[in-house]
Amino acid sequence: MSDTGSVVIEADQGFTHSAGIQLAKFAGIAIAGLAAFIYLLWIIAGEAGSTTSGNAIDVENNSITIALREEPPQLDANRATDASSLVVLAHVMEGLLGYDIDAQLVPGVAERYEIRADGATFWLREDSFWSDGVPVTAKDFVFSWKRVVDPETASQYAFILYPIKNAEAINSGELPVETLGVRAVSDRVLEVDFERPTPYFDKLVAYLTYFPVREDFFNSTEGRYGADADMLLYNGAYLLTEWVHGSTMRWVKNPSYWNRENKGFLDEIRTAYITQDINAKLNLFKDGQIVDTHLLSPMLPTAMEQRWPIDRSMDGSVFYLEFNHRDDRITRNKNFRRALQLAQDSNELVYKVLKEPSYLPGVSLFPAWLSGVSESFQKEYPPVRHQMNVEKAREHLELARQELGLDEFPPLMMLAGDTPISLLSAEYYQQLFRKNLGLEFRIDVQIFKQRLEKMRQGEFDIVLSGWGPDYNDVLTYGDLFSSWNLQNRGRYDSPEMDSWIRIAQSELDPQKRMDAFGEIQRLLYEDVVILPMYERGFSFVVDSRLQNFRRRSVGPEVDYNYAYIDSSSD
Amino acid sequence: MSELSASSFAPIEAHQQTQVISRPSLSYWQDAWIRLKANKRALVSLYIVIGLLLFTIAGPLVWQVDPAIQDIEQISQPPGTDRGATIVPDYEPWFGTQGLPGSGLRLAEPANSQTVRMQWDALPGANGHRVYRNLFPVGSELAYGIPLAEFLNNDTLYFEDRLDLQPGRFYYSVVALDARGQITDQYQSLTVDLERVTTLQEALERGLIDTADNIQIGDEIELAWHPLGTDYLGRDLLARLMAGARVSLFIGIGAPFLFVLFGVVYGSAAGFMGGRADQLMMRFADFVVALPFLLFMILFKIAFGIGPGESGVFPMLVAMVVLLWPATARLVRGQILQIREQGYISASQLLGANTSYLIMRHMIPNTLGVVLVTVTFAIPSAIFTEAFLSFIGMGVAPPTPSWGSMSNEGIKTMLTTPHELFFPALFISFTVLAFNLLGDGLRDALDARMRNVE
Amino acid sequence: MLSYVLKRLAQGILTVWFIATATFFAMHNVPGDPLTNDRAMTDITRANLEAKYGLDQPITTQYLIFLRNLSRGDFGISFVQENREVNDIIREHFPVSAMLGVLAVIFAATGGVLFGALTALYRNRFPDYLIMFLVIMGISVPSFVVAALSQLSLVTFNNLIGFTVLPVAGWGTILHMLVPALVLGLSTMAYLTRLMRSSMLEVTSSDYVRTAKSKGVPATRIFTRHQLRNAILPVVTVLGPAIAAITTGGFVVELVFAIPGLGRYFVEAVQQLDYTVIMGTTVFYGAFLVFMVIIVDVVYGLIDPRVRLET
Repeated sequence: MSDTGSVVIEADQGFTHSAGIQLAKFAGIAIAGLAAFIYLLWIIAGEAGSTTSGNAIDVENNSITIALREEPPQLDANRATDASSLVVLAHVMEGLLGYDIDAQLVPGVAERYEIRADGATFWLREDSFWSDGVPVTAKDFVFSWKRVVDPETASQYAFILYPIKNAEAINSGELPVETLGVRAVSDRVLEVDFERPTPYFDKLVAYLTYFPVREDFFNSTEGRYGADADMLLYNGAYLLTEWVHGSTMRWVKNPSYWNRENKGFLDEIRTAYITQDINAKLNLFKDGQIVDTHLLSPMLPTAMEQRWPIDRSMDGSVFYLEFNHRDDRITRNKNFRRALQLAQDSNELVYKVLKEPSYLPGVSLFPAWLSGVSESFQKEYPPVRHQMNVEKAREHLELARQELGLDEFPPLMMLAGDTPISLLSAEYYQQLFRKNLGLEFRIDVQIFKQRLEKMRQGEFDIVLSGWGPDYNDVLTYGDLFSSWNLQNRGRYDSPEMDSWIRIAQSELDPQKRMDAFGEIQRLLYEDVVILPMYERGFSFVVDSRLQNFRRRSVGPEVDYNYAYIDSSSD
Repeated sequence: MSELSASSFAPIEAHQQTQVISRPSLSYWQDAWIRLKANKRALVSLYIVIGLLLFTIAGPLVWQVDPAIQDIEQISQPPGTDRGATIVPDYEPWFGTQGLPGSGLRLAEPANSQTVRMQWDALPGANGHRVYRNLFPVGSELAYGIPLAEFLNNDTLYFEDRLDLQPGRFYYSVVALDARGQITDQYQSLTVDLERVTTLQEALERGLIDTADNIQIGDEIELAWHPLGTDYLGRDLLARLMAGARVSLFIGIGAPFLFVLFGVVYGSAAGFMGGRADQLMMRFADFVVALPFLLFMILFKIAFGIGPGESGVFPMLVAMVVLLWPATARLVRGQILQIREQGYISASQLLGANTSYLIMRHMIPNTLGVVLVTVTFAIPSAIFTEAFLSFIGMGVAPPTPSWGSMSNEGIKTMLTTPHELFFPALFISFTVLAFNLLGDGLRDALDARMRNVE
Repeated sequence: MLSYVLKRLAQGILTVWFIATATFFAMHNVPGDPLTNDRAMTDITRANLEAKYGLDQPITTQYLIFLRNLSRGDFGISFVQENREVNDIIREHFPVSAMLGVLAVIFAATGGVLFGALTALYRNRFPDYLIMFLVIMGISVPSFVVAALSQLSLVTFNNLIGFTVLPVAGWGTILHMLVPALVLGLSTMAYLTRLMRSSMLEVTSSDYVRTAKSKGVPATRIFTRHQLRNAILPVVTVLGPAIAAITTGGFVVELVFAIPGLGRYFVEAVQQLDYTVIMGTTVFYGAFLVFMVIIVDVVYGLIDPRVRLET
């Protein structure tokens, strides 16, 4: 009986052969059609959109190409909160004071200044101009600062202006904006009144929230200030001439910048790529498309093999385990926290688990790069030398258990972010506390917004948290755990801490001030307010033809203001 | 003209054995089973699937290692690395050795995986030093390697390296800094070989030795054995694969099975009923497809109120089933629309078949080919959806492993420690392969039109 | 036919409305909001911000406002990308994703049909095994691995040749599109190959093919006229949603290849709880998808005369 079903399936030579030819014809048509379509797309694409490919270093045109981590939401200095905006604004705008190549505070728009107990005076230079040729005047600063504290603007960085008289009251809606303690005595002289003595005010004004804004230009933008390249005026070393959202930016040397001798040597900087994917950045660097990239530890062997010159810098931020000190939480018990403190050692976390050479094991809330009176803060006020001691930890745990009146400890909640490092640290600690103390922690992974929300609501026992500096003074860390600070999401409340912070905020004598910070550091350890994990840093590599590229701990994370091309060192 | 006689019209006697049925009559399913067994590839894949299930269920009973234990001394070790370790005293902080003999960059004591201690003399004209470490010799390009530490004055002339000390060879360099803290061309180099060590206390804690009585400093012991190596936190890969199998297979098989089942029922109902009901049902399917998957995943996670740390497998399963059935439904409906018009359907109806008989007996078996292909593709898709969700923090909570999230982690160190990616990916591929072949075999076996063929 | 299309369109609009509503309420039920940020803000600042964005209103009021704006085609301004209107974001970034997606689908469809037909033709012989092996590889490896690996290979390839043949990342010319589109379409291509193969096999053993052959119809005509045409049907069915899925699901590829597409914006919007962008893109995608499905159904009806669209 014949296989009727398989008549066509069987290797019928003739059929297969001709069907094959048919198929080949079909393939040919398909490929030809595809090629035509692609060619059509090429024509269309060529006219729309801008080319983003470019070489990392263009010696002839004195320009470089870099990559940004993400697109700045807007470039309104009074309201910017994210790192990318800071990078851009640090190159195209300038405040009263700025930082030089060695990260020292130097004059910016202000030639000289004076800080007194009750206020400060800034004398502006004559040759600082906006990109439309109009000089930068003191009125621009007054307008800008008033705008920051105005509750209508709803700037999330208004708090950084609180040292100015009435700023906080205005921002809370209690006083009108006009009462802000700042005025332009003349076009060249700016006077500031303090709410309380603020000796570190010079460090504050270098931050971008304090950058100037010109009133008439601002009004002409009709609410779109900072939204596009032509919706801003520039007074920095570079001008932003092109901004294609989500795609590219072009910074061009500012011909009327007053400090051309020391800043702004490149003719053009193009940010051609916006991506968060570190592997993509590495590939771009390898391909010679961008001028620098940072490296994570799995990439280091490749970097070493390629003989790249690897450098490192501290990113400025500190990461720690933060406890929930609210009344309904087990972690409010000090013995419990002490037990956890003694059961861990940040050295193991950094050296064995995270394995990032640029990280420093956390020893204190105050990172190693902060200056004290004359030397580094950690040198003048050495943090408590922590020794892990599991037996003592267990003793404290037992004490805590009795104090809390529990038969055994219920599972606790560890809130973590969704970054790989955060997860890694959380998993490490989970197992560590299980092994050493028999405690069970459940890891709650949340994406950024949800994590913040949970922190705000206090729905955690421990959270993996961190803090980066806003300005180059110890106070940017020092006041974190005051009972009134909104960032203090664990609601740690200690009158002793509060009193030290108040002293640190207004003490004029630098030695006494630093002593207060020293006390704060001691208290943080003794009261086990936090458990420091690590101080973050970055290993990075730069094209060897680019000189004077810097990564900063305070300020923009990458700084090309002083960079220049030296093609001889290839 | 033939001869016709009366005898021609006599009735014929009944014959015996005119026609016998040469083999027993087979029902549809019996036939299918026979064909399935005959298909070699399908059998092999069936065994693989059974093997995987055994691995998942019985595996942990055989290999009783806790997947959560972190062997910090053996992080990211490929299988087969040498596990010998020498016992050394516990770690004590070090601040330089006074009066160390020798000159230039030198070790203060033998280097081991616990710590590498080195000292040097201030380089001429140096205003501080930086210490580098490289996997390769420095060479003429002055590729110093990774910067480990920086000292901005000449007060500190010693350094202790504890970063990721793998046994092997390192090339350390000390480079002079100029007045502004930038590196110069002046440097000294040192080649260092490390051996693996551990302390008595750690050995006791990990259960590598029973008592400390017979062991002394300097003795060699063996660290824990990990047949497939360890991951980025020193956890045994084999144990993790077994634990991960539970999650991955549960979701990877459970979810597709459920949503395909639902899709088949829904789609055939829609296709069969036709008309307004069909339109309505399909519009609803469109609606489900267009919902943003990510957003609703988050919602399900919250709606089910899983506490933190519960693995979150169940909500994920539910979410995937609820969100992914429309594609199957659409496919099945299309097939049904085609089949509905076939002749044998009308014939069956004329013979009095009711709707459910038609669906069960005729339509569904005929759609099985397409459905099976869908299922076999839904499985890897489900596994990888789960991995992607773990990647953005919406997946199973740590430390619960799954093959997908393990692959995810493995990608990061693809070039340096490929085994972390290789094994989970291998298991995923095996699973996918097995189900594909099985699906193939099932399709061949169950496809009604293939009956009595081959 | 026309009445059918009109009816479908009307239903489509209804579907889109359902999608918008479900997403709206779902979104507002997720804890947190677009204003939650690292630097905590004073109560009055938050109150001002909420008033500015209308978040202080009861949810039903917000919904009605949203509907009203929707009818005008106004999706508002992005919370995260302040000063950028959602319409602008969609307008500028969707074409990117679309181009990528369309190219990916073309690769997938061409490859899928081609390879699927080949495997059915050379069943159980070498080409079949080879292609099926590649298909399995194609679906076993997750998209981010493929994307990462392909980018790495590009870099190596460029290094080998000496200059940049194909860009490693970025967007702008057709060359930038090729590799990402291929990566994006890979898994769909594998799926379509499988589908095509299974479909072909069924059709091959069907009666009308046998009839045609016994009638003496030349083999070539059997193939194109009967086999291919009928086998393509399931492929067409899947293609509609596949197009939408690829165009919207290109997040990983867009991330790895630094492509300014809408997929990336959408995922980031979900993570940032950027309400306006979420709503805008969801409605947009929803409408797009519904539209695609309608087209596919109509095409289906055209191809297969046995299917009557109206019952």
